[in-house]
Amino acid sequence: MKDDAQRIAIPRAINWNRLQDDKDLEVWNRLTVNFWLPEKVPLSNDVQSWATLTPEEQTLTIRVFTGLTLLDTIQNAVGAPAMMADAITPHEEAVLSNVAFMEAVHARSYSSIFSTLCSTKEVDEAFRWSEENPHLQAKARAVLETYAPGADPLKRKIASVFLESFLFYSGFYLPMYWSSRAKLTNTADLIRLIIRDEAVHGYYIGYKFQRGMETQTEARRQELKDYAFNLLFELYDIESRYTEELYDDIGLTEEVKVFLHYNANKALQNLGFEALFPPEAAEVNPAILAALSPDSENHDFFSGSGSSYVIGRAVATEDEDWDF
Amino acid sequence: MPGLVYFSSASGNTARFIGQLGLAAARIPVSPKEALPELPDDYVLICPTYADGEGRGAVPKQVIRFLNAPEHRARLRGVIATGNRNFGRFYGMAGDVIAAKCNVPLMYKFELAGTTADLARVREGLSKFWGTECLMTA
Ligand SMILES: Cc1cc2nc3c(=O)[nH]c(=O)nc-3n(C[C@H](O)[C@H](O)[C@H](O)COP(=O)(O)O)c2cc1C
Ligand SMILES: [Fe+2]
Ligand SMILES: [Fe+2]
Repeated sequence: MKDDAQRIAIPRAINWNRLQDDKDLEVWNRLTVNFWLPEKVPLSNDVQSWATLTPEEQTLTIRVFTGLTLLDTIQNAVGAPAMMADAITPHEEAVLSNVAFMEAVHARSYSSIFSTLCSTKEVDEAFRWSEENPHLQAKARAVLETYAPGADPLKRKIASVFLESFLFYSGFYLPMYWSSRAKLTNTADLIRLIIRDEAVHGYYIGYKFQRGMETQTEARRQELKDYAFNLLFELYDIESRYTEELYDDIGLTEEVKVFLHYNANKALQNLGFEALFPPEAAEVNPAILAALSPDSENHDFFSGSGSSYVIGRAVATEDEDWDF
Repeated sequence: MPGLVYFSSASGNTARFIGQLGLAAARIPVSPKEALPELPDDYVLICPTYADGEGRGAVPKQVIRFLNAPEHRARLRGVIATGNRNFGRFYGMAGDVIAAKCNVPLMYKFELAGTTADLARVREGLSKFWGTECLMTA
């Protein structure tokens, strides 16, 4: 009895008024105010739009969403909990528990889309497809290997940033594409909420990776960088094949691959590394960029004569901290 | 000499962009306890966006504090915003807010640490801007 009691490590009660890393509170605050549930989005307004898709387009869309569901399920059940055990600060562990829960909300959301738009039979078939799809299973396996107990915590963060900031995008492309053609616009609103969450997740895990890198020797840093680029090559290979299988029939494969390059570069930047694909290979269709960030027209004052005057769009500028 | 002022939080994306840009730039410190570096006479501000889901808090507190000083505002000639398109309609919104509050042009937006194309664009754009500025004040 006594021995057992001694062996159990009791965590220290978390004190949010003593921070070791200010980012923990900053990200916690943003994540908690951003909390949402799928019920917030009027998905049923997409029923008519759904009916305008061909049966092939519908099947593609359901498959893409089951693939995304799998990634969220992995991050909810395995990825975020594995990183909680690696946390350096207690506040980091708390932030990751929020990440884990939001992944469950994301996974839940896809089923809300399904129950609103599709038949049970179609959905069951798509889930079966996802379980049997070799490329989807391969990317899940590649990430899960790094989440296994005893794996290197920094390698785990690398794989996790790739999941958050790269692997989702072969899937996210499709609702952005529909949205750019004024289809499934409510579904796109929901996906944008997920995309925003994943951006904070990729940012935060990448930030913690960079903090971890600072404590490593030069040789270890090189090893981790090589590991990251090799893993990205491996995942890119799988993603290319997954993309071809999904998008060849509708003729979008090349466009989706450009979107993959663009997101792979951003995932590397989240880890503090330089981009891999040259800008020419990562020039995403402007309609897709506009679907990602609607109403935020591209500002390029520099391309004008230099004397035209561009004022930003009308925005709420109140913030108690401004003195003027 | 006209120049650049920037803010970058501990994640360092904006700082990495400045490092690659190869132009002198003064950094607004993350901690209010640190002293401000010496500022250029006229400058363009590069600022990341940290808004919540409603667009609140887009401009980092450190930058607000900096711009609250009238003598800092007087030398501000334009703003370049950074961010991430994944934040939807609030992409780079710090630039919209600062441009509106300070009545200066929003010159450009780029994501994270920028691309080589963004670097070229900003280098070229700034040199053109300061060039025409000098002609106008000459
Ligand atoms: C909590 C949080 C909120 C953010 N909000 C926005 C936003 O509203 N709009 C945007 O364009 N980028 C947003 N970003 C992205 C940052 O602006 C981007 O990562 C930037 O490169 C950070 O610059 P820094 O590393 O120099 O601080 C946000 C990032 C975080 C972590
Ligand atoms: Fe997710
Ligand atoms: Fe996530």
